[in-house]
This record gives sequence, C-alpha cells and structure tokens, in this order.
Amino acid sequence: MSSEASNAVLELRGVTKTYRVKQGIFGKSRPLTAVNDVSLSLPRGEVLGLVGESGCGKSTLAKILLGLEAPTDGQVLIDGKEILAQDRLSLARRIQPIFQDPYSSLNPRKSIFDIVSLPLRVHGVGGPQDWDRKVREILDIVGLPARVMNTFPSQMSGGQRQRVAIARALIMKPEIVICDEPTSALDVSVQSQILNLLGELRREFGLTYLFISHDLAVVEHLATRVAVMYLGRIVEESDVAGLFDDAGHPYTQALLKSVLTPEPGLGVPDTQLGMAYPNPIDPPSGCQFHPRCPMATDHCKSVAPRPVETSHGRVECHLHDPQSPMHDAKVA
Amino acid sequence: MSNPLLSVRNLTIDIPVGAGTLHAVRGIDFDLHRGETLCIVGESGSGKSLTSLAVMGLLGKNIKRSADRMEFDGTELTTASPRTMRALRGGRMSMIFQEPMTSLNPAYTIGDQLTEALLLHKKVGREAARARAVELLEKVGITAAESRLSQYPHQLSGGLRQRVMIAMALMCEPELIIADEPTTALDVTIQAQILRLLYDLGREMNMAMILITHDLGVVARVADKVAVMYAGELVETGPAADVFNTPSHPYTRGLLRCIPLPGKTERGSELGTIPGIVPSLIGDVHGCAFRTRCPHAEPACQNTIPMQGGEAHAFRCVHPDGKRHAEEEVPA
Repeated sequence: MSSEASNAVLELRGVTKTYRVKQGIFGKSRPLTAVNDVSLSLPRGEVLGLVGESGCGKSTLAKILLGLEAPTDGQVLIDGKEILAQDRLSLARRIQPIFQDPYSSLNPRKSIFDIVSLPLRVHGVGGPQDWDRKVREILDIVGLPARVMNTFPSQMSGGQRQRVAIARALIMKPEIVICDEPTSALDVSVQSQILNLLGELRREFGLTYLFISHDLAVVEHLATRVAVMYLGRIVEESDVAGLFDDAGHPYTQALLKSVLTPEPGLGVPDTQLGMAYPNPIDPPSGCQFHPRCPMATDHCKSVAPRPVETSHGRVECHLHDPQSPMHDAKVA
Repeated sequence: MSNPLLSVRNLTIDIPVGAGTLHAVRGIDFDLHRGETLCIVGESGSGKSLTSLAVMGLLGKNIKRSADRMEFDGTELTTASPRTMRALRGGRMSMIFQEPMTSLNPAYTIGDQLTEALLLHKKVGREAARARAVELLEKVGITAAESRLSQYPHQLSGGLRQRVMIAMALMCEPELIIADEPTTALDVTIQAQILRLLYDLGREMNMAMILITHDLGVVARVADKVAVMYAGELVETGPAADVFNTPSHPYTRGLLRCIPLPGKTERGSELGTIPGIVPSLIGDVHGCAFRTRCPHAEPACQNTIPMQGGEAHAFRCVHPDGKRHAEEEVPA
C-alpha cells in the first residue's frame, strides 16, 4: 500500500503460513498454505474488516498477529518493530483478542474480577488495591455495574459476557484489538449494543481494530478499510466506501450479492458462485478463484493475477490489470 | 381458501423448574397452508425452537404441552399416539436441525442415514432407496453423489453436511418441513445457496415450511408469513411485506432498528438498541411481556393485551397502532 510505514501501527509484509498436512495414516505429508503472501498495513485508529468464507485463513492470520503461530515467511511489524523479536508478554500488552463465543472464552470457575484482572496480575502491574480500582474503572467503561465483580460467567447473559471479554482485552490499554466474530454468537438486540460499544471505545481510546466477520452488513457499518480473503490471499483491499460501492473483484461482488438485507420481496439472490469452496491442499492453478468465477477465461486458468492499485485500494484480478489481455473484457 | 395443512390454536408449553413453572410458550396460534413458508423470528429463549419441537412431538417427557388444537391435515397431534407420531415424523413431516456438525450420526455412513427414513416409512427396496438418495443429493447440489453415500459425516464440510441434512429431510417427500436455523452455522455464500434451494424445492414439491431464525434478512427474503415471537408469545404476525413495511409492534420496530442496513444506515453511526432484558417467564406472567423495555409502556400494559389490526396482519399491543405513527413523527 502507498500509506507510509510511519503511521501504520500494524504492518504485514508478505506473511505466509504453510502447514504440513498428512492425508491418511500412511499418506505423504503435503503443504497447505493457509496464509499466502499477505501484505497489509493498518494505520492507527482505523478498523480493518477482514472477510471471507470459512477456511480462507482469517483465523490463522489472527493467530499470527497474536503471536500464537509463527509465520513461515514474511514479517509482522507493530510500530515498525518485528513482533517475533518481542517476547509474548510485551506483545500481549499491545495486541489483545476478543473471541466469538463468550460462553467458552471465559473460565467458568473464575469470578469476573479474577477474569478481568488477570492481565494486570500476569504483567505485574500494581498491587491488589490498584487491581480493584482498575477493574471497577474498566467495567464502568464497558457498561457493567461494579457489583458483577464477584459473580461468575454462568450468572451472566451472552451480551454481558462479551462485555467482560472486552473489559479483559482493554484493561492493559492495548493499541490493537483483534475482534474475531465478536457478535455472531449474540442476538440482534445485543449485537447492536456491542457494536456501539466497540465504536465508542475506538473513538475514546484511539484503538485500532482488526475486525474479522462474515457479516458484511456489520463490517460495512464498523470498518474503515476492508480486506477480502480467498484461499489465504487478500484478493481485494479497499476503503470501505470503495469496496461496498464499487467492488472490483468478482469474488467480492459475489459476497456482497449474498448479503440478505431485510427487504421483503427481493427473494434470495443467486450468487453464481457454484458450489464448492476449493480444497486448500489442491488450490486451483492460475487465479485461484477461476473455477467459481462467472467471468473466468482460459487466461485466468493459467496465469495468476498480480495485485493492481485502484483508486481506492488494490485488487488481484485480470479484469483490472491494464497489462492483462482480459482488461478490455471488464466492460462486459 | 382450502383448509390449512397445520393449524395451531393456543399452544402452551410449561417447563417445571426448581422454583416453579417456566411458561416458555404462552398460547400461540398460527395456520400454515400447503406451499406456504412461515418464518418464526425471535431472540434466544423466546420459545421458537420449543414451538417446532412441540409440533414434531419431540419435547422431553417432563415438559408439559397443551393446545386447544394442533391439527396436521386432519390428525389431532395433541392426542395422537406415539405410533401415529412415529408414522408422521420423518415421513409426512420432517425437520432440519440447526447444527449439521452434531445432528448427523458419526458412526453411520451418509447413505445409511439418508435411506433409513425411506426404508422405514415407504415400501421400497434398498436399491430404490439408494437411487432416491443419489437423486436428492444431486438436487441439493452435491457433486459425485454416488460416492458420498459410503462416506462418513466427518469427511464432509459443514456446508455439505447441511445439504445432507436437507436431502435427508426431503427423502420421503414430506408435506411439512420444519427448519430450525438451517443456515446459521454457514457462510453467507452457502447460506444464500441453501435458502434458494429450500425455497425452490418448497415451490416445486408444494411443501409447507416453518423456518425458525433470528436473522431478519433471511426472514424478509424467504417468508410468505412472518410471526415475531417474544417471551413465549407471538407479538406480531402477518404477510412478510406488511410486517417489514409497516412494523406495528414496538418490539418488531426495535429489532429492525438494531441491524445496520447497507445503503441506509450511516456507516459508523450509533445503532438502535433495545434497552433492558427479557423478563423471567417463571411463575405468574401477566400483561405485555415487552412493557419493561418498551418506550411506550403505560399502566394499561399490565392488563390483558388485546390483539390489534386485522385478521391478516395482527399484533398484540394496548396501542391501536402500536405507537407506530408517534415514532415516525419523532425519529429517535
């Protein structure tokens, strides 16, 4: 991207993660590229929405950012510093996760105070009085009364639990929060409360979010930039207006088409995607999207598209590459 | 109009709990004709899944079900013998469950599970049953259907398993199909395909369908009739276009304000919320269950609530227009 490295709080350069996968007990192990040459840069205070179907590598990318997996290749930089060079604790101070399911991401045997104050204790910040004060503060910020400190997760509703998870993520004042489907396990009326809260917290603390979701309406609402992932690659990246108003990649267009807005009478859209998401262990040749692409030609089957800069971001598709023989077909 | 295929009057479900009785479903009425799709929409705990299980006769032994009438094509289900119910279930009425990961038996092949109901209900041989299974697998868009019959559930992806569930529910050409959140666990692209498939098959086979979901987008796109459920009651029922275009119950309008609408809701703006929580349904429940969260609540809401509106589009509220016009004049 053209944005200068200086204002990017998070930067990925050619990040690749390859697993060795065995097929059958005596099968030979083969490489599976879960994340393939991903370069992204996220300026401070922005929300990058990461969308794509299950198995496209979204969660592997989140794990790499959290330091839970080491990339096979490439670099991840926070404020220009390689994260692998940092120890886990200092990384955890700067980048924190909020997970999808607040029913399984909170330890049922620990009180809310224990759960929320754990990061303080792990990092050795202050003493018991400070912990008490800080926990009260952060609970207030996420909209929970201080009396919940002595209750347990099982006594709370899904929305309250997700607020606890957010409090735990924010108590060390991180710069970056990885939200992995933070609202998909919640009811709509609770979902809107959590989305409003995430928006407020971002404005108040200048947080930077990586927001992973399959709900494109939610991504459109909260994100400032969007990256579309397919088989481990970022096939399109753009500011939010550019992506939702003028999607370049046929895959992005199909994803947008499959969003069901609550408008009666429109029926269910035909995404024309065909059925199967390809097996990532045998990725298609050329452009990896070609077997499902309504615009695909022989050229797409043999030649992989290169990333092309657009007016609002970047896209990997022959239709948008002025040097590709397919560039003219775009009109059709 | 012809007689409804399924007619339910005053269905009530009580669950004994430690402290008393949980009134999970409190007197609901609905009719469903052949070829019609009814969507029951509501948040977790509103009783929508219990309603579907009650129709199928699949409630646990300790759960009390009563109804003035629950008639399936002339058969009264409340008094039907277990033998009659067994003959209906899987044959003339069938169910698609929410979790394709857990509702298939991991120890049997896809072929065994698909053909079981057909061999049980219809006088067909094993060969004919397998042929029908292949036919349906192809219909639900599974490639290499023949070879799938000998596979086990763990060898299939989530989307494929959900298709197998749908094929299984269709094996005996049911007249009524109940789908409980059939697409919640799936990607948006697969969701659109599965819904299209259900919709098309329903039309083709003139099936009646009850679709249970919390996703208002899904409801708007596939429903003929909508029933909005809150705290065990149907608070608003009517044709999909009417319910979405003139949502009359304050809860229905609250729900619709919670979701960001692409192109309508301003990006990053505050979403609507429904303050408060669902009331406890244990013990004596009276008046409007939504009154604790409703902006238009008044003392009369503690009394019995009349139905407003006409036969087709009805809602349960003390206000003759559900205060819809008041909200339109002063946008919140």
